[in-house]
Parts: sequence; structure tokens; C-alpha cells
Amino acid sequence: MLPDIEEPTKVNVGDDGQAAAVAQARAAHRRRLTGINAVRVLLVVAVLGSWELAASHWIDPFYYSKPSAIWSRLVDWFTSGTSQGSIWTQIAYTLEEAMIGFAIGSVGGVVLGIVLGRSRFLSDVCAPFIKAANAIPRIILASLFVIWFGLGMSSKVATAFVLVFFAVFFNAFQGAREVDRNLVNNARILGASRTQVLTSIVVPSATSWILASLHSAFGFAIIGAIVGEYSGADKGLGLLINHAQGTFDSAGIYAGMIIITVIALLAEWLLTLLERRLLRWRPPASSVEAQI
Amino acid sequence: MPTQETPDGPAIELRGATKRFRSSSGGVHTAVRDLDLTVESGEFVAVVGPTGCGKSTTLSLVSGLEPPSDGEVLVHGAPVDGIPEGVGYMFQNDAILPWRSVLDNVATGPRYRHMPKREARAKARDWVERVGLGGFESYYPHQLSGGMRKRAALAQTLVNEPSILLMDEPFSALDVQTRGLMQDELLRLWTGTGTTRGAAVVFVTHDLEEAVVLGDRVVVMTAGPATVKGSFDVPLERPRDAEEIRLTPEFLDIYREVWESLREEVQITRERGADHAA
Repeated sequence: MLPDIEEPTKVNVGDDGQAAAVAQARAAHRRRLTGINAVRVLLVVAVLGSWELAASHWIDPFYYSKPSAIWSRLVDWFTSGTSQGSIWTQIAYTLEEAMIGFAIGSVGGVVLGIVLGRSRFLSDVCAPFIKAANAIPRIILASLFVIWFGLGMSSKVATAFVLVFFAVFFNAFQGAREVDRNLVNNARILGASRTQVLTSIVVPSATSWILASLHSAFGFAIIGAIVGEYSGADKGLGLLINHAQGTFDSAGIYAGMIIITVIALLAEWLLTLLERRLLRWRPPASSVEAQI
Repeated sequence: MPTQETPDGPAIELRGATKRFRSSSGGVHTAVRDLDLTVESGEFVAVVGPTGCGKSTTLSLVSGLEPPSDGEVLVHGAPVDGIPEGVGYMFQNDAILPWRSVLDNVATGPRYRHMPKREARAKARDWVERVGLGGFESYYPHQLSGGMRKRAALAQTLVNEPSILLMDEPFSALDVQTRGLMQDELLRLWTGTGTTRGAAVVFVTHDLEEAVVLGDRVVVMTAGPATVKGSFDVPLERPRDAEEIRLTPEFLDIYREVWESLREEVQITRERGADHAA
């Protein structure tokens, strides 16, 4: 029929020699993965083991704690609760602050980023203010927010919001700016109105930029919530860590850190799923292995 | 279809059209100067000129993407203000949306024009078939070859049933065999049973062979700033076979005639390029 039409290459399983080669390649790949994982486990065991050993014999566990102490602290928190009440309440409280800050911050960042990215005039007007606002060490704002909004949840949400907002804003702005002119012209010729150009060309083009920023933004949201709790709170993981610091309980600080890390990793995993779903149309990355 | 509604009067008229751009160094760059060109409804005009002479700018004036600095641009007798109804434009680079499947890409135009989704998709499916992409409806652009992406872009443009079709070196990035094939496809869609029969076509190219194969008329542009140097009727019969017709003596005669005119301009452009390089 048409010579320039070709099926994207598929592995021809019917061919015996090829099937064998594929099986061989798969087996080699599996062996490689097993090797990598084995070395990883070995590394963790080595680090934790030497820490435990050192803390039992040479260094002072009062300052440096040790893995077994941290583990029993975690078990203790989850079975009989913390000094501030149930551990689940603390986690839920911090998570709620982070999520609300993340949601408001990313929506605000995306909307303002795209609006300024598409309007030369507005972006020229706002450029110096945004640069100045971005230069403020925003962590300090957490103290201010406690004065403004009190010890409750809203001051932590506000801290998470400012951290998330700027991270997302700059990427959305850049994404909206770098839309291919060709695509916009083509859409206009095909009959798109200004709004249709925005929704069908600009927003999808900026999506990969925005999604990239959301990864780090959720981390920022958690940092914002924790730092907010540090500055004054009645509940939350930040308060728990702060309390552990106040009582020289280094195992408690490590335990809090581990819980936060696990939460951040889970969020990262969810965001990766979302990203895969939204960016299905992209050609697969050339080297998945090299990603960190 | 708009073509039948506007039988009299030329489809496109440029009268003394001039386009100047502010160049990045602060000076003024004139891309098109004093250009007069008339294209009748249903006429296939191929425009050739040296690389970078301002051919694409001419198309953007007709499409309404750029307003002229001087002179007049008329489409169906009305001055161009914004994008005129019934204009289709195929760009040099891929302009299909990478995040939409072939079918959704082709349905884009009708959807912009508020056609119900089901109807738009049915129409798109029909055009995907016609350009020979049947079976590839759900593929994303990155999964297609260069020729197939051009077919998708062609369908995306033709689905709107334009009465004026502007094409800016659409096949220049393709390999020679695929290009020949696409030229045949274009002629088939234009002259064949397609609803675009009778569309006025302005086909910009730097490839004279392509211009003679496709056009009813070949317009030669001067080295930039572009203006019309000469216009040559192509007395070759239709339907034409893009691959075969290049071998006939009639083809060579008209090719030689146009080349005489084009050669000087290409020479000028080359010398300028040499100056730049020096």
C-alpha cells in the first residue's frame, strides 16, 4: 500500500533465534537487578551494623543514639502513643497542613505562572517584585505567620503555601513562555479562540514543566508544615521533633525524621504515577536506568 | 462549501504588499517589498525563490498571522483583518499536537469550531482514512514516521475544508522518495474526489522540480526582499503522476525556462551568503 507507513518495531516472537536472544537478554537484565539490590541491602546492613556497634562500644549513644534505640522508639510511638498523644493524630495533622498548603500553592503558582507567562506586559510589571519576593528567606515568614494566624493549622498552611507557590510558579511561567509558536499559529489558523489556545495548547505544553516542579514542591510543603510547627504548635510531627530536642531525646528526632521521609517517598511515588498518566504521549525516556 | 459560494473574483489578491520587521540589531529588515500577486479560485500556484527570500512571510500575510506594513491583502475580495474564514495553512515544521492521538489531532479544527465531539471524530476518521493513515488513529505523533506526520498534518488542515490552502515547504524535511509520494497524495486529494477540489493553493518551495510538478503556474520570487520576478504557466496535463512527469520532454522545457529566471536570484543569494561568511 503506502511504502512510508511502517509499524513501530515489535519483537518478532515467532522467530526461534530471536525468541532465544530475547530470553537471554531478559535473564541478563534480571541478574543485573538482583546484583544491584543485593549490594544495596549489604550497604544498609553495613552502615546500620557499624553504627550499632560503635554506639555500643565507643561513641556516646546519648548524643548519637543507635538503630536499635530508634527502632524501639518507633515501636513505642506506634503501640503506646507519644508524649503528645497518638502518633497517627500527629501524622494526620502534619499531612493535612502540608496537603492544603500544597494544593493552594500549586494551583496559585500554576494560574499566576501561566497568566504572567502569556502576558508580556504583566510579567514586565511584576518581574522585580517577584524577584524580590523570591529572594526573601521564606522560612522566616513562618514566625510571622504564627503571630498573624496563631498556633493553629492556618499558620503552617501559610508557610507550606509560600514555599510551594514559588517553586511551582517559576516552572509554570517558564513552561507557558516556551510554548512552540508554530503550535499556537497552527491552532489559530484551525479556528481556535484565545481561550482555546490557552486551554488546548499552552496548558498542555506547560504540563511537563509543572509536573517536574510538583515533585520538589511536595517536599517543600512538608518542610513548610514542619518548620511552622517548630515555630509554635499544639500538634504535629514538627512539635514531636521539637519536644524530642527539648528533652535531649536523639532517638526521637531520628524516629520523627524517618516517619517524614517515608511520607515524602510515598507522595513522590504517587506523583510519579500521576506524571506517567498525564505524559503518556511522550516518547519513552532513552535511558530509564540512569535516572536517580 | 465556501468555494462554490465565491465563484467570481480572485481568491487571493496582494497589491503592493510590503512587510518590514524590526531586526534584533535595531535596524529594519524588509522581508517582502511591493508584492503583486493574484491567485484565482481553484488555481494551484507554486512559488519558488531562493532560500530565505521572504516566501513564508508572503503566506503569513495572506493567512492574517501578520498584518502588512504597506499595501493591501485581499482574500475573497475582503481586506485581511485577523484570520480569514476558509484559510488552511500547512507549516514547514510539524505543528501537530504531540499530546494528542492522530484522530484527536485531526478533529482539532472542527472541535475549535464547536462541532459536537461525536461528529468531529467521525469527520476526522474519514480524513485519516483519506490521507492513508487508516489503522493509526490512536497513535501519538512520536510513534509515526516523518511522512506519516505530514499526512496527519495534511488531514488536520483539510478537515476544515479550506477554500484557500497555503503550504510552506511542507515536504522539504522528507527524504526524496517520501516527498514524491506525498506530492502525488496532495495532487490526488486536490484534484480527486475530495471536497477540497477547487481550493486555491499557494505552495511555497525552494525546489523548482516540485513547483513544476505540482503547479498550474510557477511564480518566481527575487532574492530578499521578495517581490514577484516572473510568472510561468505550466502547460502539463492533469492528472499528473509526480514521479513519471519529471521524465517527459515537456517538463524539461518548462523547467529550463523557469530556471533561467530563478538562476540569477539564486546567484545573488549565494553571493550574499559568501559575503556573510567572509
